[in-house]
This record gives sequence, C-alpha cells and structure tokens, in this order.
Amino acid sequence: MTIVYVLKRFGYLILVVWAAATLIFLIPRLASERNPIVQRMGQTAAAAGVLSEGVEEMKKAWEAKFGLDQPLWKQYLHYIRDLVTFDFGYSLAYYPARVKDQMMNALPWTIGLFGMATLISFVFGTLGGALLAWPKAPRFLQYLLPFVLTLSAVPYYLLGLVLLFLFAFTTGIFPLSGGYSIGIVPRLSFPFILNILHHSILPGVAMVLAGVGFWALQMRGLMVIGLEENYITFAEAKGLKGKRILFRYAIRNALLPQVTSLAIALGQVISGAILVEVVFGYPGLGTLLLKAVSGFDYNLISGIVFIIILIIAMTTFLLDLIYPLLDPRIIYHRETR
Amino acid sequence: MKTFEKNLKGATAYCRNNPKLVGGVSIILALVLFWLIGSLIVSPARAQPISGLPDQPPSLKYLLGTDSNGRELLAVIIVGTGLTLRIGFLAGAIGLGIAIILGFLSGYYGGFLDIIIRGVVDILLTVPALAVLVVIAAMISGVITLNLMIIIVASLSWMLPTRAIRSQVLTMREKAYIPMAKISGMNNLEIIVKELIPNLLPYLAAGFVGATAAAVLATIGLEALGLGPQSLPTLGMTIFWAVSFSAMLRGMWWWWLPPVIIIATLFVGLFLLTAGLDEIANPKLRRVV
Repeated sequence: MTIVYVLKRFGYLILVVWAAATLIFLIPRLASERNPIVQRMGQTAAAAGVLSEGVEEMKKAWEAKFGLDQPLWKQYLHYIRDLVTFDFGYSLAYYPARVKDQMMNALPWTIGLFGMATLISFVFGTLGGALLAWPKAPRFLQYLLPFVLTLSAVPYYLLGLVLLFLFAFTTGIFPLSGGYSIGIVPRLSFPFILNILHHSILPGVAMVLAGVGFWALQMRGLMVIGLEENYITFAEAKGLKGKRILFRYAIRNALLPQVTSLAIALGQVISGAILVEVVFGYPGLGTLLLKAVSGFDYNLISGIVFIIILIIAMTTFLLDLIYPLLDPRIIYHRETR
Repeated sequence: MKTFEKNLKGATAYCRNNPKLVGGVSIILALVLFWLIGSLIVSPARAQPISGLPDQPPSLKYLLGTDSNGRELLAVIIVGTGLTLRIGFLAGAIGLGIAIILGFLSGYYGGFLDIIIRGVVDILLTVPALAVLVVIAAMISGVITLNLMIIIVASLSWMLPTRAIRSQVLTMREKAYIPMAKISGMNNLEIIVKELIPNLLPYLAAGFVGATAAAVLATIGLEALGLGPQSLPTLGMTIFWAVSFSAMLRGMWWWWLPPVIIIATLFVGLFLLTAGLDEIANPKLRRVV
C-alpha cells in the first residue's frame, strides 16, 4: 500500500469531516435569526412561568459564555477548535451534563448494535446473493427471492415495529424496549451481558432482515453480469471445480463493487439504525437524538450529528484502506473515474 | 420529437416483458386511487383531532378506530397517503430538476465546474442525509408547513440522480451524433434539449423515481423523529404519534399497523419501479430476474 494513496484518502477524510462540520455550523445560523440559546431560554422561561425580568442580562451573560457575541468568523474558529478537542459544550436541556459524557454513554450501544447488524447482513447478504445467481445452487433459494425483494424495500424501523408487535407484545419472548432490564446492575458480568443480548436481538434482527435483502439483490446483479465474462468460461473449460470458480473467480470479482457500495450505503444504514433505536427505546445515539430534538438541545443535536458523520467518514476511510487488498489494480492505476 | 415517440412506443411494447415495471406502476397507481377514492368517501376533516371519541377500537362507526386525540384512522391514512405521496413526488421532481441542471453542467461542459460538482456530490453522499436534515428541520423556528417539508427533503435527494445523469451524459457526449448535430449548426443548449434529453428519458425516469424514494424515506424518517408538519396527518407523523402515545403497549394495533402497511407498500412499489426502469436503462440486467 503506497503512502500517497493512504495520505490522499486521509486528506479526503479530513475534507468530508470539515465540510460536514461547517454545514452543521452554518445551517442553524442561516435558518433562523434567533440564536438557539435564546430560543431554549425562552422555552425554559415559558415553562417556568416566572417574570421575564432580567432576561436581557441573562441572555447577554449566556451569549458571552458561549461566545455568541463575537463575530461569525471568530465563533467558527472556536467551534472548529472545540471539535478538534471533542468538546461539544454543555447540554442545554440537561444543563449540568456535558454533551460529550452523554454521547459517550450512548455510543457503545449504537456501535455495538449497528456494527454487528451491518456486518452480519453484509456477509449473509453477499453470500446469499452470490448463491441466488449461481446456477448450481440449491433450487429452494430461488423461492426466497420475492421475500428478499420485499424485505429490502421496507425501512428497518417499520420492520422493527412489526417484529416488536409479534415477538414482544403478543408473545412476550423478547422485552418491549430498552437496552437492559431495569433493576439489573450494569456491570461486566455474565447475566448482564446475557440481558443485553436478549434486548438487542429484536432490533438487530430488524436491521439484519432488511439489510440482507439489499446486499443480496445487489450481489446477485453483480454476479449475473460477472458470470458472463470470458474468464468464467475459461475457468470452466480448464475443468476447475464449481466451488473454486464460484469463490475465487465469480465472488472475488463481484465483491469489489459490493464493498464500494458498502461505503456509500453506510450513511443510509445508520440513518435507519437511528430510527430503529427510537422504535425500540434502545439507549444509543438515536434515542439520545430524539431526546435532544424534543428538548431543543442544540448542542446535543449538533454533537450527535457530528459524531455520526465522523463514524461514517472513519469507516469509509477504513474501507478505502482495505479496498486495495481486495483489488491490487488500484495502487498502480491512477483513478480515472 | 420523433425519438420521443419511438422511445414511448418501445417502452409500451417492452412493458409486457417487464413485469416489475408494470407491478411498480400498478402499486403506485393503486395508492393514488386509494387516496382519490378514499377522500371522496371519507371526509378529510375526520382526520383532524376530536372528530370522534378517543381510543376507540375498529367498529362499524369507526372502521379503523380512532387515536388518542380522536382522529379517525381511516381518514388519517387516506389523507396521509395523499400528503406523503405529494411530498415524495414534488420533492422528487425538485431533486430531479437540480440533478438535471448539475448533471448536464458537470457532464457536458466539464472542466472546473465538473470537479466542484463531483466533489460536492461525493462528499454529500458520504454524509448521512438524515443527520443533516435533522439539523435543518430542528433549526426551523415555528411550524413546519407542507411546502417547507418538501423543500427540506428535496435539498438532499438530488445527489444520486446527479451522478447517474452525469455519467450518462459523459458517454453520450462521445457518440457520433453529437459532432453531427454540431456540424448542422445546433448550439449546446439545442443539443442538450433535442439530442441528449430524449435519449436520456429512461435514466431521467429512473432518476425521478430514485429521488422520490429518497425523499419519501427522508420524510418518514424525519417525521418519525417528530420533525415534520405537526398539524398534518402524514403517514410518518402518524407513526410518530403512535410511538409517542405508546400505541403498541396499549394494544392499539389499528393505530400503527395501517400506516406501516401503506408505507411498506409504497416502498415496495417504488422499489419495483426502480428495478423495472433499471432494466430499460441497463439491458444487461434484463435476464437477471
């Protein structure tokens, strides 16, 4: 792997994260003239029903504290500096709590669920899709196709609602919501881990079921086109075993675009994951985002959105690093796209 | 316009061999009919709060029951189907419009503009759209109206069609009929409108469906977080209310299940349409399914 390639990809990572951060900074300042803190203060004041005396001074004090009285470019520089040090300030809705701590509590849940589900659905979907296109595969696989087609079209969280109804509400096999049972002590012990798994199965299955279809369909398309290539005919003519042709010739070549689209699809997948968490009350970033939105917690919203974008960008970067290992041509050719 | 007629004729003849396209069109048409006929039979006013008793299970009086605010759910899903379809199609049309302009600027004229547009598309495709939309929608002070919702979701539904149109324009630009048209004295705009766009029709249709699907997905996602038109009974808002009033825990399946079924049907329809149009645009796939 050449240094130039890695540096180029790393530069792209920085560019994406910077562009996204700038968007998050600019959008609220373009969308409304009022600043988020005043808006939040107004809400709190209205809810408390106190006299509005001294609100002006309070506003000034807050603005000074958050640096909102400074010119835009200075605010921007501060914002970037804070991001680099992962400092997102205080949560506005849960005041003494810091955004960073809240996110740190939620992050492992999301990464665990989302990572596992994506991995499982990618692997199973890719293999299944390859077999769907493979003429010598068992016949019963063909009957799964309409099922797979339908599943791939339905958003994760809707599937989640249906699963929740069938397996939690009606039969009670799985818990209705949350990441672990109330009353159990959260520490690293066997029963606790088992409890977490029990809670994670339904949201995980919802994501895997919907994800498998997407990957299988795409892989199937790639395989069908790939199987017509001359090297497959040649491999058959050479008398290679079917399994070897399937894995070393057909799948290996179809895998490349599949990994590329994994990088593109991640954004969609995590958007779906956010909503799956909301449906299942899973204590990850999605549920935290819902809380932040309903509490008009601007700092928390922008923090969560930034972290999500950072995760996606980092994963894409890692995939880019893995890509040359799958496709040796990439290093020698300049990108001509 | 001859090419257009020929394309249309070819397309109708082709439909017989393309069950997916037919299936997709029928599903979408069925939903549109469900909305049209439904709004004739059931008054849309009954989708408003306190039009019936709250929390009623399905009965002869309330065919699909009512929610906790006394909305009649049959009326809600009829009105909601219309609203969601309208958001999807209008946002899809805006998205396709942006995609056509950017795709042609990028693919036909190339150069510096191409680098910028390609870069922006690549970056925005990496960023999860819902995350950015959440920031936009959360920052809008006051009520989100239907039109505002359309603009919000349209703002991030144009990237994939832009990319697809650009790459098609790139290949078409090299075809022999383009220099031919140039020699016959057509200017760039005429070439784009008279030569390229008619040939691109299947791709534009696919781009429209793709942008619509992205817009519907984004709308329902935003609405499920409560970031939608709060006073309108769109399908996504219905899901949001059902989840926030714990409809499932209270056994009120008639509240959340009908919108889920309609949304799922809508997505299956859009998906079949995309697959069907892909087959037209990409003949290699024809024998795939």
